[in-house]
Amino acid sequence: MNARSESERGVVKNRTTVERTSDREVVVTRAINGPARIVFEAFTRAELFKRWWVPKSIGMTLLSCEIDARVGGKYRLEFDVGAAEPAAFFGTYVEVQPSSRLVWTNDEAGEGGSVTTVTFEDKGDKTLVVLREKYPSKEALDTAGTGAAEAMVETFDQLDELLVALGESVGR
Amino acid sequence: MVQYVTARLDTSFAALSDATRRGVLEQLGRADASITDLAEKFHMTLTGMKKHVGVLEQAGLVTTEKIGRVRTCQLGPRRLEAETAWLERYRQRWDERFDELDKVVEELTRMEMSDERKKRK
Repeated sequence: MNARSESERGVVKNRTTVERTSDREVVVTRAINGPARIVFEAFTRAELFKRWWVPKSIGMTLLSCEIDARVGGKYRLEFDVGAAEPAAFFGTYVEVQPSSRLVWTNDEAGEGGSVTTVTFEDKGDKTLVVLREKYPSKEALDTAGTGAAEAMVETFDQLDELLVALGESVGR
Repeated sequence: MVQYVTARLDTSFAALSDATRRGVLEQLGRADASITDLAEKFHMTLTGMKKHVGVLEQAGLVTTEKIGRVRTCQLGPRRLEAETAWLERYRQRWDERFDELDKVVEELTRMEMSDERKKRK
């Protein structure tokens, strides 16, 4: 019984969609295999959170992860980025509704930081996760040192690598 | 042909090898800006910024238009590609994260189910 449901889960790869809903908001949607209650725990308990939050492709090692998921509680993530000082990402939980909704601020960029809103909705044996990253103003998004900006930088880094590879392939 | 490609690559290399110019591209990805705006944002002289924009323009990454006394810069013909690449990169980042989340949640769900079965026994 257990083996069958496992193989069924293995077949279905849930899709992640991203939409730029305005010049200061990005929305990510994804179904997760499990009840909202458990998905919420994976977002709010440090020992679970650190098992999935840092993508391998990011090239940064998580040094520490503290989460106090209560209204007004703080979180702090520190990464080894190969520099003398670790890179820290931190903020405050603004709304915490168990199994249904989380809102936190991203304060490492100062006042221009984004606000992340995540909703969890049970859909059969899955949970629909909708994550919004919203900036206080267009200017804030312009200057913020956020995940989005990071991804942008990474895109350019990749473009650089691609150009290097192309350069080599034409016999430079 | 190879010479042509090499020459184009040289231009692109040169354009992207500089952190300020990459910053300018990122900035223009958010909104058009005048050379004066850009010079202020990157704390440099007007002449310095003009030079950077010129390099980006040559590589086809930026186009400029002079209206009155103001020269406005925007992303060049590669704009759409860049936006699509940005979104796709962003999507991949989250996809990778959520794949890992799926594993964690599935494991916890399984553990919980077997715990319940044990309790029932």
